[in-house]
Amino acid sequence: MSSVEGDPGMRDDLAKTIDRVFEAQCAKSVRESAENGEWPAGLWAALEEVGLPHAALPESAGGSGLSFEDAMFALRRTAYHAAPVPLAETMLASRLLAAAGLKMPRGAVTVAPVVGGERFKLAGGKVSGKTLRVPWANQCAHAVVVAESEGKDVVALVSTDGAAGATEKNLAGEPRTAMSFQNASVIASARLENAASRLATEGALYRGVQMAGALERTLEYALQYANERVQFGRAIGKFQAIQHMLAVLAGHVAAASAAADAAVEASVDGPDLFMVAVAKARIGEAAGRSAEIAHQVHGAMGYTREHNLHYVTRRLWSWRDEFGNETHWQTLLGRMVAAKGADALWPTLTQ
Amino acid sequence: MLRSRAGVVSAILAGWIWGRRHAPIPFRAGKDVPPAAEDLRKRVRAFIAEETASGAFAPSRNSWSTYDAGFSKKCGERGFIGMIWPKKYGGHERTALERYVVTEEMLAGGAPVGAHWIADRQSGNQILHNGSERARATILPKIAAGETFFAIGMSEPDSGSDLAAVRTRGVKVEGGWKISGTKVWTSNAHRSAYLIALVRTAPKEEDRHAGLTQFIVELSHPGVSVRPIYNLYGGHDFNEVVFDDYFVADDMVMGGVGMGWKMVTGELAFERSGPDRFLSTYQLLQQSIRQLGPEPDERAANEIGRFVAHLATLRRMSTSVAGQLQKGAQPNVEAAIVKDIGTTYEREVPEVFRHLIPTEPTLARGESYPELLGMTMLRAPGFTIRGGTREILRGIIARGLGLR
Repeated sequence: MSSVEGDPGMRDDLAKTIDRVFEAQCAKSVRESAENGEWPAGLWAALEEVGLPHAALPESAGGSGLSFEDAMFALRRTAYHAAPVPLAETMLASRLLAAAGLKMPRGAVTVAPVVGGERFKLAGGKVSGKTLRVPWANQCAHAVVVAESEGKDVVALVSTDGAAGATEKNLAGEPRTAMSFQNASVIASARLENAASRLATEGALYRGVQMAGALERTLEYALQYANERVQFGRAIGKFQAIQHMLAVLAGHVAAASAAADAAVEASVDGPDLFMVAVAKARIGEAAGRSAEIAHQVHGAMGYTREHNLHYVTRRLWSWRDEFGNETHWQTLLGRMVAAKGADALWPTLTQ
Repeated sequence: MLRSRAGVVSAILAGWIWGRRHAPIPFRAGKDVPPAAEDLRKRVRAFIAEETASGAFAPSRNSWSTYDAGFSKKCGERGFIGMIWPKKYGGHERTALERYVVTEEMLAGGAPVGAHWIADRQSGNQILHNGSERARATILPKIAAGETFFAIGMSEPDSGSDLAAVRTRGVKVEGGWKISGTKVWTSNAHRSAYLIALVRTAPKEEDRHAGLTQFIVELSHPGVSVRPIYNLYGGHDFNEVVFDDYFVADDMVMGGVGMGWKMVTGELAFERSGPDRFLSTYQLLQQSIRQLGPEPDERAANEIGRFVAHLATLRRMSTSVAGQLQKGAQPNVEAAIVKDIGTTYEREVPEVFRHLIPTEPTLARGESYPELLGMTMLRAPGFTIRGGTREILRGIIARGLGLR
């Protein structure tokens, strides 16, 4: 099996398995209680049962035997279902630990730092530092942190016990928790070159993959509504104005899909900075434009809590700003390209 | 209902969703690209570098519509035209991937490929698949040699986006057909040997797509006259082509009488998904990056990065469609998406850089930045019209999404 193509049969099976899990374990009541801070234990247990939290790991490190591309496909499908669980974070934590040669604990694991603050410091096996908006830190027993030790990056597994502070919510109602450590013991730690940038880049990749999944669902909702909603005696999808809006939406969704795909392929052995920057920038742009169009097509109905569109669009509006917004990645990309010079752009694109 | 919608979406996005159905042509060097394609890439780059160094052309001024018969001849000599055709018709039996590599390198390198572009991209393929043996044997080798060029005879004065409304008529006569009517916007008709004309050969029925036929027309023959139509930047690419009882032999009918519509729409997937739909302003992008220097300010870096993100994504989408075409699929909707968002991107390039590099664009044929910007701005309106307007494309996409 080519690692690039993936196995179409495997993908179909994965999608069906994930669809079944969400049908059984992610009723609207589960989504609503998750937004109110209740851990969706049934959903998480079902995802563990099918091996998703460890799916991004190689089999030798305790993975499920999926390729990295298949694992990312699975992540994308859970985002299609607007999964209210820290699956991306757990996958990212597992990959950082594996890269550093450390063992992955059981259960959901988050990663830090994410936003702002000074760098975490590690000295004598104790970690210190604080950071904001760590995803799901209030509901994960463990966090993988990247700290600095004698000028080198270190990956450390820590307990979140006593470290989690105030929890805010992102627009989708997902918890984002402040974390603070003062000489806290680490469970395990190991050096990993460029771990901090790896966390930031791979995090952006996963958010991009998730947005691609949420975008696919956004397009489906919009098409379904345009075909069902009748005004002036016909389905609104028959009006050319609406058709063109949906065609533009499809273009953004297709572009997001392609960008995610390319970035994943390039990142099998660790995140590829250039392709991840391309993906997060392009998908973030698609997210905003697509959510706008989808809501416009849905009219007042999409502005309610009754229709499910908001579960995906509120995630798009949150995820595009997490792990670096479009401006962050576009500017980084622009600087990379300018520094190498105009003549190097084409060779870079065709590398 | 949801299930059927979901089915439509995954079908539309199949090319871009994880190779679930069609993997893109693999393009990451060192990973999956066959060494032959990478060797070819190097050869094309070296060829363009030599030609540029010798002063044969100035890359920054060119696009795929730049006509240069001498350059096309050189391309033919090097095996860069008709690459995927059988050797017995002058082709080189290369893969679609290898052809894609050559075309994108030509465009990125600013090579003046306009003379052979249409014949290589679509006319030759049509002849190979739908032409008579005589047409294949006499015409394809000359195209591959870079000596014979083609124009497209689809649009008419009263039939642009609404292609099925063509009124050029073909009447059956002994041994062939007599064609009368007018084609318009016919790029390079004044310097091409042939065009492929879409002609109504049976009266309109309820199915307005029936009764259309494509013919290979030799432009040097009696009964056809060509008049220039100058475009807004003063160039002569367009023409009006008038047929007056023009005789075309039976073996210059393509793919059978009444098959025209099917062939035209099949051809459009090739016409709409290639790198020519997002590299038309690559030269300006490159010049602008050069102009802004190695340490652009925040805003300039941001805009450059945004364009690069679009470009890299478009290339991925385009190669994905190429992969589907290679497998014999008809990814018409995917191709329409590539052209819609590719040309939207192309048109943004001059609009953004005019802010970042304050310039008064100039109408002249030189290579200074104001001249390049001016030329690109005056060409830009065509990007979202030629090969199917943005509005037509969005209609095709909407149909593919199950809205029509």
